[in-house]
Amino acid sequence: MSMRKSLAALLIVLGAGAALAESPKLGRPISEADVRQWDIAILPNGSNLPAGQGTPAAGAKIFAEKCAACHGDQAKGGVAPFYPSLVGGQPLTNGIETPKTIANYYAYATTVFDYIRRAMPYNAPRSLPDNEVYALTAYILSLNKLIGENDVMDAKTLPQVKMPNRDNFIMPYPDRI
Amino acid sequence: MSKSDRRGRTPSLDAVAGNGLINRRALLGQGIALAGAAGITGATGAAAEPLKDESWGLEFGQNTPALQVPSRFEKDVTRALSNSKGEFRNSHARTPHHLLNGTITPNALHFSINHAGIPDIDPAKHKLVIHGMVKQPLEFTLETLSRYPLVTRPYFVECAGNSAPMFSNEPLQAPAGLLHGLVSNSEWTGVPLSVLLDEAGIDPNAKWLVAEGGDAHFLDRSIPVKKAYDDAMVAIYQNGERLMPGNGYPMRLLVPGYQGNMNVKFLRRLKAVDEPAYTYFETKNYSQVLPGGKTWRFHFLMEVKSFITSPSLGNHLKEPGFYAISGVAYSGNGRIAKVLVSADGGKSWGEAALQGPVSPKAFTRFVMPWRWDGQPAVILSRAWDETGAAQPLRAEFVAQRGQTKTPVTTPLAFPNQHYNSVTAWGIDGKGEIKHVYA
Repeated sequence: MSMRKSLAALLIVLGAGAALAESPKLGRPISEADVRQWDIAILPNGSNLPAGQGTPAAGAKIFAEKCAACHGDQAKGGVAPFYPSLVGGQPLTNGIETPKTIANYYAYATTVFDYIRRAMPYNAPRSLPDNEVYALTAYILSLNKLIGENDVMDAKTLPQVKMPNRDNFIMPYPDRI
Repeated sequence: MSKSDRRGRTPSLDAVAGNGLINRRALLGQGIALAGAAGITGATGAAAEPLKDESWGLEFGQNTPALQVPSRFEKDVTRALSNSKGEFRNSHARTPHHLLNGTITPNALHFSINHAGIPDIDPAKHKLVIHGMVKQPLEFTLETLSRYPLVTRPYFVECAGNSAPMFSNEPLQAPAGLLHGLVSNSEWTGVPLSVLLDEAGIDPNAKWLVAEGGDAHFLDRSIPVKKAYDDAMVAIYQNGERLMPGNGYPMRLLVPGYQGNMNVKFLRRLKAVDEPAYTYFETKNYSQVLPGGKTWRFHFLMEVKSFITSPSLGNHLKEPGFYAISGVAYSGNGRIAKVLVSADGGKSWGEAALQGPVSPKAFTRFVMPWRWDGQPAVILSRAWDETGAAQPLRAEFVAQRGQTKTPVTTPLAFPNQHYNSVTAWGIDGKGEIKHVYA
């Protein structure tokens, strides 16, 4: 085949997308064990939640030390307009601009744990041991009266927390999933 | 003088709608007709002066630099910032659409939102892992991805909160680049995600991918596998060069037409799972409250939208006469089918010319010739996509989605998400332009 012909054939293959079917397969195999340190994805059913536990009382101490500088005393805010309170929330029937909060909006308590573990404290993400993440989650849920003051949060209890807004969602495009 | 059609009429002079809108055919190979057509005044006033040479033509110029930047006369063409003091919080930069033209957003002006700052990633050390419900977990590097047969496509990326100031019950006075600056359009080059998922052998029962970035939040979003196999890609080039740091260097997920935050930047991990993770950003920020208090979940789609960039707030029409009304239209559903423009506040509409090629889920620029008579006018654009979806008028949109009870006072506010109604610019008798609701 002449160079021009083979080039033309190549262009046809690429243009038709057939090249996609012939992946060069350059991904390097890795074991799930070697992915473990990165694998912090958790699901609302509690799948992949780590071992450990925490109580609201333990969380209160950690919060005062590591979180209150931004979120305020007892998570009431007031430090700066861009650092939110983590307590309470207006009814969503108040209007479309109602701020969405843990108490009035979140469907699953696992989201609180996941975000603290990923992103907080803002100046030292991923510095909290899992026990502290559980404790802070318990403290914030307790401040919002979503769990009792003495409830222990762990991989078993956290997914069972019933969030008030859970059944208030509509899926506008179910066919896209 | 102007060309005429078979019946001896001059098509370019056809008024297609009220208040001076001219048939778009006037733009298509009939430019001379416009210039010479009766009733369309060009420049008026004093005669031109004798020509002379300027200083830059009489001396040796600058040496040619390795990386060129725009002329010093364009120094105001920059992105508007949400956090110019560098406070310890998130930071945004918006594309100045009112100062740009065409359809491709220059890389330095692409919008960028960073919830935990922009990470300084060494591409030699960055890894992308695909794991979870797959036969064989795999690790990729920028180098290995660069060896795949790459695809190149134009796509817009739009923040779900773009245009949010228009939820205000009164029109906020801000240029198009502030109202609509959280959308940009680039030519993206990368590896189709389906290729990488096939290589890992994704389990047919996996319905979602938890996509995670390498920023200080390890920001993550749940992506339907269905979308991954439709048109998603792992992008490694933006308009021909490597991604900008603020746009996801060295690699990002692209889910064309879906809310910007799902196009996870600094992509480092895709975990195949059987149900969504309900991450912070899909639980809180990028979802919305509806009138009556119900809430939307997994909206994803950025629906059909258009806005006029010229003339628009910030411009001043110096004199009556010919103007080209021009703007951008796009839809997460696919191609733009048509754009109608009105110059009389929506009483009558004419069809604008679309500058092709019209690509799916990408900017299409529209142009509408207009003769301004010097009287007050309200100009607006309304787009339809190839699925028949129409951009709502503001009254239609507000009836469904609501508006704020008190006026929004800053273009940086996000009272709600997924705003896509028409935008209207009101021009007064002096040629000054304001944002109005029509």
